[in-house]
Amino acid sequence: MSPQDYWKANLKLLAALLFIWFVISFGFGIILSDFLDQFSLGGFKLGFWFAQQGSIYGFVILIFVYVFAMHRLEKKMKNQEEDNE
Amino acid sequence: MSSQLLTYIFVGLSFALYIGIAIWSRASSTNEFYVAGKGVNPVANGMATAADWMSAASFISMAGLISFLGKDGAVYLMGWTGGYVLLALLLAPYLRKFGQYTVPDFIGTRYYSKTARLVAVLCLIFISFTYVAGQMRGVGIVFSRFLEVEINVGVIIGMIVVFFYAVLGGMKGITYTQVAQYCVMIFAYLVPAIFISILITGNPVPQLGFGDTLLNSSTYLLDKLDQLSVDLGFNAYTENTKSNIDIFCITAALMFGTAGLPHVIVRFFTVPKVSDARKSAGYALVFIALLYTTAPAVAAFSRVNFIESIQEKSYIDSPDWFKNWENIGLIAWQDKNEDGFINYSAGKPFEGSRPIFTDNTGSQGEREIANTPINDNSNEVYIDRDIMVLANPEIAKLPAWVMALVAAGGLAAALSTAAGLLLVISSSISHDLLKKTFMPKINERQELFYARCSAAIAILIAGLFGIYPPAFVAQVVAFAFGLAASTIFPALLLGIFSKRLNKEGAIAGMLAGLVFTASYIIYFKFLFSELDSSSNWLFGISPEGIGFLGMIINFVVAILVSSFSTKPPIEVGQMVDKIRLP
Repeated sequence: MSPQDYWKANLKLLAALLFIWFVISFGFGIILSDFLDQFSLGGFKLGFWFAQQGSIYGFVILIFVYVFAMHRLEKKMKNQEEDNE
Repeated sequence: MSSQLLTYIFVGLSFALYIGIAIWSRASSTNEFYVAGKGVNPVANGMATAADWMSAASFISMAGLISFLGKDGAVYLMGWTGGYVLLALLLAPYLRKFGQYTVPDFIGTRYYSKTARLVAVLCLIFISFTYVAGQMRGVGIVFSRFLEVEINVGVIIGMIVVFFYAVLGGMKGITYTQVAQYCVMIFAYLVPAIFISILITGNPVPQLGFGDTLLNSSTYLLDKLDQLSVDLGFNAYTENTKSNIDIFCITAALMFGTAGLPHVIVRFFTVPKVSDARKSAGYALVFIALLYTTAPAVAAFSRVNFIESIQEKSYIDSPDWFKNWENIGLIAWQDKNEDGFINYSAGKPFEGSRPIFTDNTGSQGEREIANTPINDNSNEVYIDRDIMVLANPEIAKLPAWVMALVAAGGLAAALSTAAGLLLVISSSISHDLLKKTFMPKINERQELFYARCSAAIAILIAGLFGIYPPAFVAQVVAFAFGLAASTIFPALLLGIFSKRLNKEGAIAGMLAGLVFTASYIIYFKFLFSELDSSSNWLFGISPEGIGFLGMIINFVVAILVSSFSTKPPIEVGQMVDKIRLP
C-alpha cells in the first residue's frame, strides 16, 4: 500500500466515523431527539437518553474502532513495504 | 470525628501526595518541562488528560447546571465529550507526529510565519486565562465551605500548591500528579453518586439508577422529576427549553472548542508514538465518560432531593446544609409572604443577580437581604447552582467522610486543570515568545528558567482572577471554548488536511474568528448584558454557542484568502506529507 493509498483509506475511514459521530450526537441527541422521545428505554425517553448518556458511549466506541482500524491499516502498509524491499 | 477535621485530613493527605509526586518527578530539561520527555504510557496519559480536562466546572458546577437545566444540560455532556472524537481522529496523531513542544510551534512551522505563531500565542493566552480563572474560583468555593476560611484565602492556598508542583515539576511533575488527582477525583465523584443512587432507586449503578423506578414504588424517577418540576412551575425535566438551533450551536462550539484547547492537545505530545496518541485519546475519553455519564444521574438525584428536603419546610426546621450555604452567601431566603415557610418555585426571587446581605437577621433567624423582592412569583429561594455537587452528600444525609472526600475531589479537579493551563501559558511564553521569536540566543538552561518564571507569574494572575471573578465558574469556561473553536481548531485542522492553505489565509482566518467571537461575547455579556436574550441574538444563537459560527467564519475567510494569494513553499507540502504518515 502506497502512502497515497494509505491517506485515502484513512480519509474514507474518517468520513464514515465522523458521519456516525454526527448522527448519534447532533442527530439523535438534538435534531431528532424530540421525535425519539416517544419511544422509551426503561425509564428513559429515548431522545433524552441519547442526549445525556447514549451519545457518550458511542463516542468511546468510535475512538476505539478508529484505533483498531488504523492499527490494521498501518500493519498492511508496513508489510507491503517489506515485501517491496 | 467532626466533618471539618475529616476534611482537613483528606485535603491535607491529598496535597501531601501531590507535592510528594512533584518532588519525585521534577523536570531537569526543557524536554521534560514541556512534554514530560515524551515517555508517558498511553493509559497514564489518558488519566492525566482526563484530570487535566475535567475542571472545577466539570466536577463542581456541571451536575448543578444540568439539574437546573434538565434536558438542555446535554449540551455540556455531549459537547465536552464529543470533542475527543475529533481530537483522536483529526488532530492528536498528526500533531504528535509533528513532534514539537507547543501548539503555536505547529502553527508557526506549518504556516512558516512568526506572525502566525504570535497570533496563536495570543489566542492561547486568552483562552487559557479565561479558563484558569474559573479553576481558582472553584478552589476558593471548596475551601470556604469545607474549611471555613475566606474564599480569597482559599484561592491563595490553591495558588501556593499549584506553584509548587507546576513550577518545579513542569509537564513531568504535572502528568504524574494528574494521574493521582484523577483517582482522587473519580473516587470522590462516584462514591456519593452510588450511595445516593442506592438510597433513591435501590440501583447501585447511577447511570442505570436514574432511569430506574423509585425505591418501593413503580414510578420512574424521571417521571416523578417531571411531575415535581411542572408542579413548581418549571419546565418538565426531560424536555428542552432552549431552541434546537441554540442547543446545536452550543454543543458544536463546546466540541470543536475541546478539540482546539491547547492544554488538552499538548497532552498528546507526551506519549512515545503516533499510535499511542490515538490510544491515549480513547483512554482519556473512557476515564472522562465515567464521570460524564454519572453527572446527569447526580443532577437528577440532587434535584429530587433538593426539592423534597426544603419545599414547604419552615425555615427554623430547615436542614443544616441550607443554613451552612446561606452562611457563606450561596443560598439566600427572603420570606416574601411572611409565613416562615420556605417556598421554592420557578421565577426569580428578587432583583439583582446575587443576594446583597445586610448584617441583620430576619424574624426567623435568616440572613436578611437588601434586594427588592419580585412579587409576581412566589419563589423565595436564591441558590447558586455551583453548590449542588458539593451540597449533594449533605442533602442526602451521607456520612461525614463522604463530604470530606468530595471536598478533596473538587480541589483535585480544580488544581489539575489549573496546573495544565499554567503550563501551556508558561511554555508558550518561554518557548514561543522568547526562544523562537524574541530571544533566539538563550540556551536550554535559560529557557527552563524563563519557563519557571512565566509559570510563577501566570499563577499570580490566575489567583487575581479567582479573587475578582468575572462571572460564575461554568459560564467563564464556556467562553474559552468559543474562542478555541473559532481560532485554534480551524488553523490546526486546515494545516493538516489542506496543503494549499498559506500563512495569509491562516492568520486572516484566526483573526476573523477571534474578533467575531470575542466581540459577540463581550457585547452580550459585558457591554449590554440587559440585551442578552434570544430575540436579540444573531440567528437565535446565544453567546455560549457563537464560537461555532466564529469557526465557520474562520474556515471561510482562511480558504478564500488562501486561494487569492501565493501557494505555500514546497517544504511545507513535504512537511504535511510527512505528518500524515504514521
